[in-house]
This record gives sequence, structure tokens and C-alpha cells, in this order.
Amino acid sequence: MADATQNVTLTVNGKTITAAKGTLLIEACKQNGIEIPAFCYYPGLSLQGACRMCLVEIEKMPKMQTACTTPVAEGMVVQTETEKVVQARKSTLEILLANHPLDCPVCDAGGECELQDMTYKYGAGESKFIDIKSHRDEQQWSPVIFYDRPRCILCYRCVRVCGEGMDVWALGIQNRGQGSVIAPNQGGKLDCEDCGECIDICPVGALTSSTYRYKTRPWEMTHTGTVCAHCADGCITTVGVRRSDTGSEIVRCDNRDRSGLNDDFLCGKGRFAFDFASSKERVTTPLIKRDGKFVAATWAEAVELVAARFKKAGASLGVIGSNHTTNEENYLLQKFARTVLRTNHIDHHRTADYPSFARAIASSKAQTASLKDVAAASAVLLIGGNPSEEHPFLAWQLRTAVRQHRQKIYVVNAAPIKLKKQAAHFLQVTSGKEGEFAAAFSGDAAALAHLGVDTARFDPFTAALASESSLLVVFGSELRGAGIDKLVATFAPKGAKFLCLGDYANSRGAADMGLFPDLLPGYQKAENSGLALPQMLDAAAAGTFEALWVVGANPAARHADVNAFAKPFLVVQDMFLTETAQHADVFLPASFAYEKAGTVTNTAGDLQRLKKASDVHGVKPDFEIILRIAEKMGADINALVPFRGYTSADAGQSRGPQSGEADRNAVFTEARGLEAKTSPLDPTITLEEIAQTVPGYAVSRLKLLAGEAQPTTLVQIDPAGIASHSELIVPARNGLYASGTLGGYSETLRAMGATHRAAEPVGAD
Amino acid sequence: MATLVNHPDEVKIVSRRFGQGAANIDRYLELDGYKAVQKALELGPDGIIAEMKASNLRGRGGAGFPTGLKWSFVPKESAKPKYVLCNGDESEPGTCKDRLIFEHDPHSVIEGAMIAAIAVGSHAAYIYIRGEYRYLLEIMQKAIADAYAKGFAGKNIFGSGYDLEVYWHGGAGAYEVGEESALMESLEGKRGVPRIRPPFPAVVGLWGGPTVINNAETLASVPHVLLMGGKAYAEVGVERNGGTRLFSLSGHLARPGVYELPLGYSLRKAIYEVGGGVANGRQLKAVVPGGSSTPCLKADEIDIALDFDSTMKAGTMLGSGGIVVLDDQTCIVKFALRTIQFYRHESCGWCIPCREGTDWLQKSLKRFHAGGGVAKDIDNIRYLAENMLGRTFCPLGDAAAMPILGFVKKFREEFEAHLDGRPCPFGQHDAPHALPVLSH
Ligand SMILES: Cc1cc2nc3c(=O)[nH]c(=O)nc-3n(C[C@H](O)[C@H](O)[C@H](O)COP(=O)(O)O)c2cc1C
Ligand code: SF4
Ligand code: SF4
Ligand code: SF4
Ligand code: SF4
Ligand code: FES
Repeated sequence: MADATQNVTLTVNGKTITAAKGTLLIEACKQNGIEIPAFCYYPGLSLQGACRMCLVEIEKMPKMQTACTTPVAEGMVVQTETEKVVQARKSTLEILLANHPLDCPVCDAGGECELQDMTYKYGAGESKFIDIKSHRDEQQWSPVIFYDRPRCILCYRCVRVCGEGMDVWALGIQNRGQGSVIAPNQGGKLDCEDCGECIDICPVGALTSSTYRYKTRPWEMTHTGTVCAHCADGCITTVGVRRSDTGSEIVRCDNRDRSGLNDDFLCGKGRFAFDFASSKERVTTPLIKRDGKFVAATWAEAVELVAARFKKAGASLGVIGSNHTTNEENYLLQKFARTVLRTNHIDHHRTADYPSFARAIASSKAQTASLKDVAAASAVLLIGGNPSEEHPFLAWQLRTAVRQHRQKIYVVNAAPIKLKKQAAHFLQVTSGKEGEFAAAFSGDAAALAHLGVDTARFDPFTAALASESSLLVVFGSELRGAGIDKLVATFAPKGAKFLCLGDYANSRGAADMGLFPDLLPGYQKAENSGLALPQMLDAAAAGTFEALWVVGANPAARHADVNAFAKPFLVVQDMFLTETAQHADVFLPASFAYEKAGTVTNTAGDLQRLKKASDVHGVKPDFEIILRIAEKMGADINALVPFRGYTSADAGQSRGPQSGEADRNAVFTEARGLEAKTSPLDPTITLEEIAQTVPGYAVSRLKLLAGEAQPTTLVQIDPAGIASHSELIVPARNGLYASGTLGGYSETLRAMGATHRAAEPVGAD
Repeated sequence: MATLVNHPDEVKIVSRRFGQGAANIDRYLELDGYKAVQKALELGPDGIIAEMKASNLRGRGGAGFPTGLKWSFVPKESAKPKYVLCNGDESEPGTCKDRLIFEHDPHSVIEGAMIAAIAVGSHAAYIYIRGEYRYLLEIMQKAIADAYAKGFAGKNIFGSGYDLEVYWHGGAGAYEVGEESALMESLEGKRGVPRIRPPFPAVVGLWGGPTVINNAETLASVPHVLLMGGKAYAEVGVERNGGTRLFSLSGHLARPGVYELPLGYSLRKAIYEVGGGVANGRQLKAVVPGGSSTPCLKADEIDIALDFDSTMKAGTMLGSGGIVVLDDQTCIVKFALRTIQFYRHESCGWCIPCREGTDWLQKSLKRFHAGGGVAKDIDNIRYLAENMLGRTFCPLGDAAAMPILGFVKKFREEFEAHLDGRPCPFGQHDAPHALPVLSH
């Protein structure tokens, strides 16, 4: 462990450098711009000394030493580029390549391979050996994972990331010597989380995925860094896309460039479940129902029909928003609903009690935690929730923090969740009573009785917890309403930070942007409350609603009464003919997260930028669809999206790499003192409005655009009048192999789920 | 069961009880058994280590590290338990001496391990025996049980108040776990792969505790050191090489066998007098002096003393004391192939230079000896070996490279004689089907 308080001075290649005591030589060199090649060394994982690529000469040592295992020492004199060192690297590469199949022309890793790069830089140009290479056939270990032993250089990164990083320990080494292979520890197949971390970390093409293998050459893709479309953790993912006859096809998601908080982490969903985008079931043309059957229509026809019917409906219209659409879309949707459609009947599928959280935080003037705080926290209290299943990145962060700086986790849960293994203290409580922990902690005997814990177990837990000088409190959807108030009020005075766990990529954003009948953006109390989602559906079923507009949601999956969807004039914006969409009178095909620009807010309140990565013919972002409807209804577009210089809604570019990005022409003209013309389809204008009007959202636009997650806050909001509606919260309980309705359209995710566990109920949205 | 041999030049110390039925604990007691450990309890740690240092006893496992010095590295205070480990993995080709100790004098190993434990303040000793030595494991199990039955091991040994548990453990068939850190992994139930050093076992060893690991012969010599006194023991050998060691004489000798000779004894005499000279009236071609991993000596290089320093000066090593004699009818290429086959088979595969190097050495030598050699092979073989040397994760890579390098350097003409599809000059050709198909 590096000790930042003490420095040592050493000489590398004649240059004097300093590094914190305990730093590994390879890291000290890297910090000073001196590269030492490495295969087996991987920051954050245990040391191996196996590949011998990092051998360097150290004065007074008879043999060359591995820079990856040698800590710096005062006065050390190191040479990293002597003839001896260079020859050692060269010969290691030479014999490594001797048994290597050299099938680079067809290898997935070709062009992105550390062995290729290393050979290019340090390797020999000729092959000395003429004997036959060792061969083993390729194996498939899981629905997504393949292993090709001949390509494997046995760096053991995969084994370590699976064990140390994922805490799954599914991989091991079998046989010995030249016969060594990487192998699943249980039989010939992987019984694991299919996270694909092992594939990602593999320096060569030995581990490949069913989703990417033999699909493309890396240089044929364009890469766009955006935010994962699945759970509420908001991992940054680089989406690799190739052009195809339907626009473009996503072929890979990873985070090799380590942008974002998640470093190179992605879970199996984030990594592999993108195939729904090019699913055969995807609808790419507007549909109008005629005589009970969907008929393809043009956008103009469909939008005109919707506009006419909305006009007719007046306020007799319910709007259901989404946990997946961007902040700008959600903001625009509620603004349009409230100011143009003049309805307060707007809601969304709530997976966590964010309103109560906002009220509690603002009332106690407490701090919310960014996901960044999780890694740094010295102690974490986790009440309810199951991060290993529902927040894979959060779970990864907690495990890493325990491993790397002995973070203490206090788990309060009704079940022995997987993180119990990393927990310093675990307290099993009665299911449904998690919310009473704070009261019991404060000495409430009745609450303690409800928890079902005896003092022999409770006291040591709370004594240890009370001794923590700084605390991060994370809680799941078990906590609602007054439970959250009590929790925040109990721990806020101790300076704790709080994190409330919701379920989908922009669940928090939907709440922050006011997709509520009674709350405006920033949880400001609306003057008049509309109907909440279940009441809206009842009203629709009863025939009191003229129209129902569902934007990126699937309420029919959770609502048995089909009349709610059959009776009103139903407009659905979605990717698929979901349970809800099947009842639609007009279906408008929408793009999803990777096909548009905007921002999303993860469950910790970190605001991040979505960038458009791919494109599909025929579909449009919800932002554009809303505006088109608005325009057809004769609404003042400039009032909805205050762009400067009016152009028609059609003028915005909805296709191509620049769509939705900052308007280049505007930048150009403005820079020359000319009138700037921004497009109304540019969501950055709405983001500007959000920053100005939504408390806590006034973040640095520059940093945001530069790709840095910007923590939003809740502390400035007005807690007055925020009511708890605990009964409206329906957690999705997606688990590792489900992602609501969307996940159901991913063949890969379905295959993973079918292999690794009995199918789980798929929550909607 | 091995037959015992004798020669008048032998100085029998560690083999003193061979053939005397000393596996029986009562017989062992009659032959001064368990006296040294009682003396050790009186001497105490510092006293024992002083005797050990005076004895100039150097490790018999191969590296020849001074045993007393090794024990003195173990910290006196330790939060974790300390351990003593007997390395009985004996697997180096040409070496077959520890097995005789286990068979004829198992209690000497137990007693030596106990003394080591007392010296470093450890309360647990493990005796690790090579997996293939199953029959010896049974002898050792009984010996340990008998020692417990007499109250020599366990709680309060010899009424001294000192607790000392003795355990046995059987290997699973890997030469590599003879390497000290791989042995600890193996004993802990993991794959037999070595550990990163530093930290060294004396500081962080078995289950993270400070650990002394010694070869079985080293430990079996320890009671004799205490009984004779360190100085007297040292005087049996030569400067910096105290005492005797068991030399395993094998190969083309008239009287092969395990002989106990004082350190510093002449290699020439060991071959021609003790071992009875080259068998069948043939001439000497080469000697491998210290187990298969040590570079060979040619017939005219054998006028050296058998001690760690002299062999080192001669460009080879005393290693495990396995002296393998090759007569003039031996094909060096075939011998090199046989040697590398062993190391390729035994490489644990952890690091690239050894895993791939041994594989390509074997491939090249196999084809080469089968008559498929091309001129550049000779340099390639040398190149491979040179580029393994000093670069691997553990010394097995060196052990594989050194002998091959020696053969190519010293017997290049024999390699050349195999070129161009010529038949093996010694008629030791492999069957034609062994000739691999070349990739070009
Ligand atoms: C590949 C390899 C195999 C070894 N095998 C043995 C062995 O079988 N027995 C042994 O005592 N030492 C063996 N050693 C040496 C041990 O690592 C260690 O040096 C020895 O047990 C220390 O004991 P000593 O000081 O009493 O010699 C081996 C070393 C290597 C590198
Ligand atoms: S996919 Fe993830 S869990 Fe499965 S073996 Fe690879 S690293 Fe381990
Ligand atoms: S599969 Fe890849 S990551 Fe795993 S050991 Fe082989 S080369 Fe390394
Ligand atoms: S943890 Fe969540 S955000 Fe991260 S990759 Fe997985 S599903 Fe996506
Ligand atoms: S040198 Fe490397 S591959 Fe060979 S035995 Fe030692 S660690 Fe294993
Ligand atoms: S990087 Fe140092 S040995 Fe592999």
C-alpha cells in the first residue's frame, strides 16, 4: 500500500523521480512518463509476477527484477531500457508468439490487442521456430462467453477480476505447464453472473463474447461514450456501432477507456443487453389502428391524428411518462402537459420514494451522496436493497472499497444478501420493518421489537455503527415516507450522506423533473394535483378519460384491467408493441437512450450526459415527437423550447451524428457576432432551462459536456407540501438478468437469465 | 525398498542408523534417539542457533544456504504462529537420498524438525512427503504416532512445558512443489505455484506465519550436529561446508547407490572409487554433479572437490547431490531431450519464459534428435535456454535452462553430428514416427 505521507527518491534511466513509499516501481515509472510493459499486472488486482514483461535492471541486484512486484526504495537505481532488458522482453514475446495462433486477421481483439501492441513495440520481426504449435479447440462457457486457449497468454487477469473484483470466483487454472488452461471452476460451464468483466480485461482475444465475436473489425466501428440504459447506477459505456442497412447496429458496449466513475466496470446487462435495439420486433414506422389492426402510417399522418385527438380531449387526458427518457424529455413532457394540454394528470412508474427523500434531505439540510462518495466512504450503512442484484456497480464499488481500503459496511436487511460477505456487521431484521431501524437506533423499544432483533445482536451492531466518524447511508425501496424522514433525521446530525436506491436509468430524473400529478420539477408543489397513475388508469377504464398518452412506459404489464388502455384514445411512444402498445390507437416509434442526446440522473443524483451513438431508420427521439405533436397543435414552440431565432420544428436534424448535439452552426455564427440560430430540437436548450429552474440542477455545463458526472442536490428544494405516497411505489426487482420491458426484448439477456437461474418475474417499464 | 551400499571412504553420520531398524521408536532410542531434542530444550533458541552456525551445515535441498543463518532470520516475536516445514518432496532426477532417510530413520527427521521448532519458537512442524513416496508416508505416519504415544510430541514435550505438534502431509505429484513457496501453497491446499518473494518464508510463510523450511536431509543432520557439537560436525567437512552429505550415485556406474561422503570429497574418487568406475569397461563422457538441473562436467573436468563452493567455481553446482554418470556411448542430444522432457512436464506453467521455453526446447530437441534438425536449431536451442535463465518466476526455469545450455556449449559437435538427417551416431534414434511434420 502506497503511503502518501512519505516519499522516496529513486533514479530511473538517469532521471530522479519521487514516489510515495510503497508504490510499485511500475506505477512510479508510469507516474513519471516511463512506460514498462506488462501483461499480468493490472492495477487494483493482486500481483502475479507471471508474465515477466516488466523485468528491469536494479543496481545491486544480480538478477533483473519485476517492476510490478517491487516497491520503490530510497536510492534505488533502475534501468528500464538496457540491452538486457530489451532482449528479455523480445524473447518473452518471441516464445509467447511461438505457440500463439496468430489468427489476428480474424481475431476479435485484432487492432485492440495488447499482445499485438507489445509485439509492435518490443517484439521480434522474425520467427525462429518451425515446430507445430500446440492447439486446443475453442469452448463456449456460457450464453455469452467463449474461450480460445491458443490465444490465451495466461496472464490470469480474468481469474482475478472474477474473484477479487466480482467476488464470483468462477474461473480457475487447470492442468500445469504448457497444458495450463483457464477453466470454469464448476464443470465445463460457467455458473456465474455473466458480467463479461473477464472478457473485457483479457489483453488478447482469448475470451470473446457471443454478442461481438466475428461481427466486425474494431476500426469499422464508431465509438460513443454515453450512459448505460439499464439500472439506476449510471455507468458510462462506450457504445461501438457499425453502419448497417437499417441505420446502424450496436455491436459492443464496454468502458475500456475508463471514463466515468465506473472505471472499466460494466455488469452483464450493461455490457451485453443492447441487442433489443436491433430486435426483429422493433417497430420503426408509425402505426395507426384501423378496424382493430395496425396500419403503417407516415409521421405526418400519425402526428396529425394525435394532435387532433389531444385537442379534442382537452384536460380529459392522462400522461404517463418514463423511467428511461431523458431529463429534457421528461421536463418537456410535463411542461407541455401542464402548459399546453393543461392537464395535471401526469405520473410515472415510481420505483423509489424520491419525493420523501427530497423532503427529508431538505428538512434536515442533509447531504446527498454522489456515487463518487461511495468509493471513498470509510463506513457505509446499507438498509434494505440488494445491490449485488439490482445495483451491480454500487455493489462493485462497495466490494472494491472493502478490498482496497477496508471500508466498513453495516448491512441491515431482511435477507442474508450477498454483500453480507463483505459486511463488517450484518443485522437481519423482519421483512417490511427495515424503515424502523433508525427509530430503534435512537432507542425506540417498540421499533426494536418490530425489527425482531434481540439486544444481544442489536447493541454490538449499533455500538460499532455509532463509533463511525463518517457515514454514508444507502437505502432501498423498503424505506418510504416517514421511515426515510426518521432515517435522515437520525443520521444527518452526524454528518452522514444519503443515497436512495431506485430502479431504472432515469428513475431519479423522472422524479426530479416532476413527472408527478402533485409535484413540479424540483419537487415544487403543484397548485392543483392531478390523478396519480393507478387513479388515472381507473378513470380511463371508467371511460372518463378521452385520451391516454404513454411515453416510454408499459403500465399494462402491472395493471390487469385492459379497459384502462382499450377505452381511451391511446397514444404510445415506444420501441416495441408492448402489452400497453398493443392497445394503442396510434403508435409512435421512439429511439432509446443510445440513439439520442440529453442528460440522465442516476439514483445518486449524478447528472450525466447521454450522447447519440447509433441510429435506426424511421424512429425519432421522444423530444422530437413531443415537439411535433405540439407544433401540430399550434403550440408556441418557442415557449416550450426557448431556442433563439425561430426555425420550424422540421429544421432540426434528427439524424446523423450531430443531431441533438450543440448546434455547430449556432456556435459558428455566434462567434462571429451574427444571430445565433439554435434548433428547437436541441435538448441542450431545455437543459439550460432545467439548470435555471430546477433547484439543485445548476451544475457546471462545461464539466458536464466534458463528460464529468455532476452531482445535483436536493437540499435547496422547498420541503413544504411534499406528500408521501408510499403506496404508489412498485419496485421493479429486476435482478441481474432482467431490465423491465426493455430487457425482455434482449435475446442475450433472456439467454443469460435462462442459463443462470429460473426466470424471474420481469417488472415493467 | 532400496538396497543399501557401503564404501570404506564413507563417514556415516546421517546414515548411521540405516539398516538398523531405527524406524522402530525403541530401536531409535537405543541409538541415541531423541537425546538431541532434549539437549536442544536445555540449550534454548540462541544456544541451538549458535551450534548450527558453528556446524557450517548448509541446506541439502539444493541451494546450500547456511541452515543456522536461515533460522536466525525468523523474528522472535510474531503475531502469527510460526512453522517448521520439512521438505521431503525429493523429485530432482538423479536424487534418491531423502527416501532412504524416511525409510530407515524417520525419527531423525522428526527430531530435527523439533529442534528447528524449538530454535525459532514454533509450536507446529509439518513433514511434507512427495506424493509418489506413498509407502514412506506410511512409515512417517507411524513414526509420528509413536512419538506422540511416548509424549515426545504434542503438549509439554519431555515435561519441558513446551508444546510442539508434528504433522505429516502427502504431496500430489509435482516436482515444482519442492520449491519452498510452492510447497507452502500446496500444503495450504492450493495449486502448487510459487509465491512472490520477498517476503521470504522466514518472515511470511505458511498461512502467513514466519516459517523455516528445510530439506529432509538437512533436518535429519540437525540432531547429529547437536550431539557431536557444531564445531566437531564442521570439522568433518571443509571450509564453509560442514559435515557430510548423502550423494546419490547413478547412471553408468559399476556400483551405483547412495553414499555418505564428507563435503570436499573428490568427484573423481566418488566416480572411480566409491562408485566403482564406469560400468562395462566404458569410458566416461560426462557427469551431472548435483541433480539433473546442474550443468554437466566433461570427463576432463572432474578433478574438483564436492562442496558448494568448488562446484560453483567449476561452473556447475552441488545441488541435491545427485551424481549422474554418462558413458561414452550416451547420446548427449538424447540426454538433453530426456532432461527437458522432465522439466517441460514439471513446469507449473505460471510464467511465460519457463512454460513456453521448456515447451519449445522439447519440441526442438525432439525433432532434432529424431533427425529433423536444421543448422539454426542449435543456436535456437541455446537462445531459448539463455533467454530463460534468470528471468523466470522461480528457479525451475533456471533448472531447465542450465543443463541444456551446458550440453550445447560443451557438446556442440554432438549436436552437429545429428544434422542433415544423419542417423544418431549412437544408434539411439527414436522411431521414425517420432519425427514431427514441420510447419514449413
Ligand atoms: C523447482 C525446485 C524444486 C525443488 N525441489 C526440492 C526438493 O524436492 N526438496 C528440497 O529439499 N528442496 C527442493 N528445492 C529447494 C527448496 O526450494 C528449498 O531451497 C529447500 O527446501 C531449502 O532447504 P535447505 O535449506 O535445507 O536446502 C527445490 C527448489 C526448486 C526451485
Ligand atoms: S463473466 Fe463475470 S462472473 Fe462470469 S466468469 Fe467472467 S468475470 Fe466471472
Ligand atoms: S483468457 Fe485472457 S485474461 Fe484470461 S489468462 Fe488468458 S489471456 Fe489472460
Ligand atoms: S450496473 Fe447498472 S448502469 Fe452499470 S452497467 Fe450494469 S445496468 Fe448499467
Ligand atoms: S519458472 Fe515459472 S513456470 Fe516454471 S515452475 Fe517456476 S513459476 Fe512455474
Ligand atoms: S507485469 Fe510484471 S510480471 Fe507480468
